[in-house]
Amino acid sequence: MTGVLLQAGHVTRRFGAFTAVDDVSMQVGPGEVVGLLGANGAGKTTLIRMLLGLIAVTSGRVDLLGGPPDRERRRRLGYVPQGLGLYGDLTVQENLSFSARAYGTAEPALPPALKAYADVLVRELPLGAQRQVAFLAALAHSPQVLVLDEPTSGVDALARAALWDTIRAQAEGGTGVLVTTHYMQEAQQCDRLLLMADGRLVAEGSEADIIGSTTAVAVRTGDWARAFAALAAAGAPVMLAGRAIRVANADPAGLAGVLEAAGIEASLEPVPATISERMLMLSRQAKAP
Amino acid sequence: MTYSVRSATVRFGATVALDDVTVEVPRGSVVAVVGGDGAGKSTLLRALVGEVSLNGGTVEAPPKQRLGYLPASSGSWAALTVAQNIDFVAGIYGLAGDELAARRAELLDRAALTQAAGRLAAQLSGGMRRKLGFVMAIVHRPDLLILDEPSTGVDPVSRIDLWRLASEAAASGAAVLMSTTYLDEAERAAHLVVLDRGRVLVQGSYDQVRADFAGVITQTDQPVRAEWAWRRGRARHEYWPDADPSDPPAGATAVLPDLEDIVIALSLARRDAVRS
Repeated sequence: MTGVLLQAGHVTRRFGAFTAVDDVSMQVGPGEVVGLLGANGAGKTTLIRMLLGLIAVTSGRVDLLGGPPDRERRRRLGYVPQGLGLYGDLTVQENLSFSARAYGTAEPALPPALKAYADVLVRELPLGAQRQVAFLAALAHSPQVLVLDEPTSGVDALARAALWDTIRAQAEGGTGVLVTTHYMQEAQQCDRLLLMADGRLVAEGSEADIIGSTTAVAVRTGDWARAFAALAAAGAPVMLAGRAIRVANADPAGLAGVLEAAGIEASLEPVPATISERMLMLSRQAKAP
Repeated sequence: MTYSVRSATVRFGATVALDDVTVEVPRGSVVAVVGGDGAGKSTLLRALVGEVSLNGGTVEAPPKQRLGYLPASSGSWAALTVAQNIDFVAGIYGLAGDELAARRAELLDRAALTQAAGRLAAQLSGGMRRKLGFVMAIVHRPDLLILDEPSTGVDPVSRIDLWRLASEAAASGAAVLMSTTYLDEAERAAHLVVLDRGRVLVQGSYDQVRADFAGVITQTDQPVRAEWAWRRGRARHEYWPDADPSDPPAGATAVLPDLEDIVIALSLARRDAVRS
């Protein structure tokens, strides 16, 4: 079991006639933080549920810590769902006691930032503190694999930094981490990224690998409002960035034609696309007939 | 025309939700308010909508019928279809007949919801439901559009759609104020306001905020002062509030900070000032 903690090999999952995950292979190694990206309906949640052993694969194979994701192996896994999985009507201490007993481990000590909240009901905590409690509960049994679904959604920059400190400390201790995120700056915290669209794994690697050859065009003009309206009317995927306009995956000559026809003076410059622009292009391709 | 709150203070019992906050929202632009849970974003937005009264300061907003508001909760009725939701709100503003049909078709098209017109709002994905809430907020072409976290928890592709819709509203002359927890959205706004525990941590255009940032952020494997450092991928960044950018601390590599770095650094500085 050298080098791989969590692995999917040609995994497919169908629900009736619908293929939610289509021939996906991926792996997570020790000390690695892998980011899983994709739009709604791309298949991320279904893939994670198969990796966790919560639903069966239709075909292909999942390996967690060297075998199928059964109860025994799941004891060495930590999972923080997006809904956090805490009991709102129990205090912080009670939640941690409960989860420690479920895993048969000692209760984790509360870090200084959470000490004041020990006897507070979880539902009365600020969201950032709730997320820290969910992390503590998931980490108390020293899991070798950690799966996090949108770990920092809704919290401020400092709380996000504190949570990433925890995630990175786990990875440095040898844990393999799989993170889903909608937050593109958070994707940049990962060592490696996986991008899913329409049930398939469509790109893998660094941010640059994910973006691939997709480019965008930056349109600068004195009359951004009219230029924006003209380009949007022509069906271009326009976005505003400050007072500039960005158009993903567009042909500068075509855009120049639209602007000229509308009598708008503008300068156009090809620029590298962002991860979200790449995702937008993929989802448009998936929807195209 | 510029709408605003000036020197606004709002208290709920012993909690100060807004503390001397001034924010201007000019027509034809998108202003983004960022901050985490409890920063005061919703209170600021609701003060402009007139749902929260101020303990101090002033609000300048258009009359209710010229204002559009997407609350942080769903903003639509789960048991109505997408089209029925739009028609209901449009009816309140007196739209009917051909005018309503044309406006409904235009809004559905812009939000890419035409195919979902007959679906119950309860059956929409999170991103689609927020887009429905958005078009319901702009059905009457408001002068001031207020969007409370339209994109939180929404997938990146729907987020781009929502951003495009907000940009279109501004391009057609509305003043748009939106709150978000995503700093990359704030970077794209004409003006961004970072709220932290009820106060403005920093505001301006992204370029201004970067230009005005004082001190130096360095990249390191071993931070000198752990309480001033945070992770970026495998490396750590460390903030030196009093250092001169042209003369960074010895042995450290200065980095060009992005908004995430700037907000973390300023939050740390504020915590430090509160402690001492």
